[in-house]
Amino acid sequence: MKTDLIINKKTYTIEVQKDTPLLWVIRDIVGLTGTKFGCGVSQCGACSILLNGKLVKSCSTLVSEATGKKILTIEGTSENLEFLRQAWNAGNVPQCGYCQSGQLIAATSLLDKIEKPTDEDIDAVMSANICRCGTYSRIRKAIHKAVALKNKTL
Amino acid sequence: MSKIQQINRRDFVKLFGLASGGIILGCNTTTVEKKFKPTISKDYFEPNLFIQIEKNGNITLIASRSEMGQGIRTSLASAIADELEADWDYISVKQAIGHEKYGNQNTDGSRSVRTKLEPMRKMGATAKLMLITAAAQKWNVAENVCKAENHHIINTQNNEKIFYGDLVENASQLEIPDEKTVQLKKVADFKYIGKTLKSVDLKDFTHGTATYGIDVRVPNMKFAAVARCPVTFGTVKSFQKNNAEKVVGVENIIQIDRLKPPTGKFFGMLGGVAVIANNTWAAFQGKLALDIKWNKGENETFNSEEFKKTLTDRVHQAGKLVPGSRGNVNSAFKNAQQTVEATYHVPFLAHAPMEVPNATAWYQKDEIEVWAPVQDPQTARSELAHFFQIPVENITVNVTFLGGAFGRKSKSDFVVEAVAISKEIKAPVQVVWTREDDIQHSFYHATSAQYLKGGLDKNSKVTGWLQRVGFPSIVSSFKPLSDYASGFELSQGFTNNPYELQNFRLENVKAEANLRIGWLRSVVHIHSGFGINSFVDELAFAAKKDAVQFHLELIGKDRIIKGKSNYPYNSKRLKAVLNQTAKMANWGKKLPQNHGLGVAIHYSFYSYVATIVEVSVKNKNVKVENVWTTIDCGLALNKDNIKNQLEGATLFGMSLAMYGKISTENGAVEQHNFFDYQMTRIKDAPNIEIHIMDKMEEPPTGVGEPGVPVIAPAICNAIFNATGKRVRSLPLVDQGFA
Repeated sequence: MKTDLIINKKTYTIEVQKDTPLLWVIRDIVGLTGTKFGCGVSQCGACSILLNGKLVKSCSTLVSEATGKKILTIEGTSENLEFLRQAWNAGNVPQCGYCQSGQLIAATSLLDKIEKPTDEDIDAVMSANICRCGTYSRIRKAIHKAVALKNKTL
Repeated sequence: MSKIQQINRRDFVKLFGLASGGIILGCNTTTVEKKFKPTISKDYFEPNLFIQIEKNGNITLIASRSEMGQGIRTSLASAIADELEADWDYISVKQAIGHEKYGNQNTDGSRSVRTKLEPMRKMGATAKLMLITAAAQKWNVAENVCKAENHHIINTQNNEKIFYGDLVENASQLEIPDEKTVQLKKVADFKYIGKTLKSVDLKDFTHGTATYGIDVRVPNMKFAAVARCPVTFGTVKSFQKNNAEKVVGVENIIQIDRLKPPTGKFFGMLGGVAVIANNTWAAFQGKLALDIKWNKGENETFNSEEFKKTLTDRVHQAGKLVPGSRGNVNSAFKNAQQTVEATYHVPFLAHAPMEVPNATAWYQKDEIEVWAPVQDPQTARSELAHFFQIPVENITVNVTFLGGAFGRKSKSDFVVEAVAISKEIKAPVQVVWTREDDIQHSFYHATSAQYLKGGLDKNSKVTGWLQRVGFPSIVSSFKPLSDYASGFELSQGFTNNPYELQNFRLENVKAEANLRIGWLRSVVHIHSGFGINSFVDELAFAAKKDAVQFHLELIGKDRIIKGKSNYPYNSKRLKAVLNQTAKMANWGKKLPQNHGLGVAIHYSFYSYVATIVEVSVKNKNVKVENVWTTIDCGLALNKDNIKNQLEGATLFGMSLAMYGKISTENGAVEQHNFFDYQMTRIKDAPNIEIHIMDKMEEPPTGVGEPGVPVIAPAICNAIFNATGKRVRSLPLVDQGFA
């Protein structure tokens, strides 16, 4: 099918099989490689994106479900994502960095929904994302830090 | 280390694609610890560490070791920046291609900092001296009135200062100063070394712009997936490709045959059927649609549960005596007040780095170019030269970021696959493994069985120690019929047992390999750390002694044992990390009901580690609440990075303790993906407190791996203290814990 995808506020017109998972459309056809492949079966969260503001695993979302909807990937920006980036830097969170695209997008979705998440809120959302390097305690701290940064700015 | 030299600019531009200009320094370092000798071309005797300082003040370091999350790019850069008195914001790092000119690039064994620190510091100090000389000449003053500070040279007489970039042109005309005139900074003067530095790659990591292997895009490249026989070394009997061809996007389907490594070298590739498509998904779908009949071969009968029983039977009988055994355990046991026996098991494990194995290759006439996340680009290069009969100098291996590796990416079978396919289809191609491929066709961390017997005298002192071990050897991956663990493997915690034992006997039993065996973060130390720490805890319990105290007594008096390396074992340092951890954990404190503390210590990669874990166990639900770890790794190059590594090692150890198990039935691996090869997640991540001993005058030792071996035994010992139940066989989920 021929379709328009709106990724990070830019429109891409592409020709693609409608049952292709969004992940591979974004990576191989649109060419934005920040969204990562980790498992292909919604188990690791490396491919997390926001679809009309909703957190989804792009490996398990068909491209046909995304037509006309706004997609946010790690290459994009949002208010909460920027505070999270600052906090990720301050806490020197990443090791290999590979899962961090998904971690940051998932954390963005968390802050979009809950202004000041508790540890339990963090567990509930972020447990869908695996970090094999084990940067979890830094991720947790950085999410709290992003909230603090935001409150200081506003 | 050879002399530091200025580099011919044209060569530099050609080799690194960096703009020419400014000061370009190089030096040659080589390390002796190598697994393979890279093919050394006679034409090359070139520097293997480079820094470039440009007129805009930018300083670029060429990193010769792969970055896989251990922070090596940042650590190496910090050493240069410190001696150079550079402003951290001007520092960037470029990744080196795989080439013999870099010396040994194999990134494993937790040794990059150990072997590269001093050359890096000397390079920085040399550049600083040149900048000082250039400034002194410009001002027409003596060099000793000039000092370097924060990217400027300062005239201490009048406080005039010049920016580094403005001195570069003059400095680059100077002779390289004699090595003897180059002085390294004192520990007290370090600005970056031993401090907390952020990763040089943070911006890329948080914007999705770091290029991992899987992100490489070459014009007109294809994407490929390979179906491999479920049984190790099985081959294709026949296959039907009609359904696969129907998948939109699939362009080509070819059989690729196994490339078998020659004895003693390389890894080869498994072979199978490759589906080539215009996107990764189509290749994956095409692969699933193949109908393949396999010749499963001799590994088809391999059942890991049966093998566990076989290994257990073997360690319960006499094995081959290992050199280093001493005294007489039999008489020690005969005269003992009591003896304690226990048998321990560790299953096969897979690395499961978040970035699956993948490689992009372009085979063109007598040339190969590869882009891949490899830990050991030189072996990859030599291997390609061997299998494809192309001169090694015509092979370029570009090292991308590694999305985790943990040992998996030091075996370049996935690179060989990509080249084999590119050769057939005459186009650039990226081979991507599915997660299922990764879990089912790894180079597995070996399974092991260990039997231990200890004798205690009436004062509860250990008088005899017998340990029998069996695990398939890594050597089997290079040399068929290597049915016993090798000496280098046993030296990872078994023969160099840290305790003072007069009657010590180590035996090795037969263990055939029916899967490809490789090394995984901390390697054999996972077995030795688990067996020894679990058993010492059992001995302490039998002796009715406090476990920390028991470890300390068993480590014994202060002694230094010089091995073959430059890093002697110092029992005092091991006791010190244990005492420190006990203090942090408030060992001996009163705990809530269902809570328990467990301790483990381990000496690996020349570093000393002690960990105490606090668990709570309710209805067999284990929660790791707190983890306290102390490391003595000599000079701590980048403290925050070391903490990050040890936090990560804790989670790596937890995943393997809780869930880690690869099993086989009829030769085929039974696990598939993260739903049945599970990882610890953030909800189960404990509070972690890391202490780094202040040993800035000691040489730096390993950091990436030494934090792993202590975790599983400390958790199991904590579970015992919480519940009275001993776990001797991993993982915990198999023992009913969750």
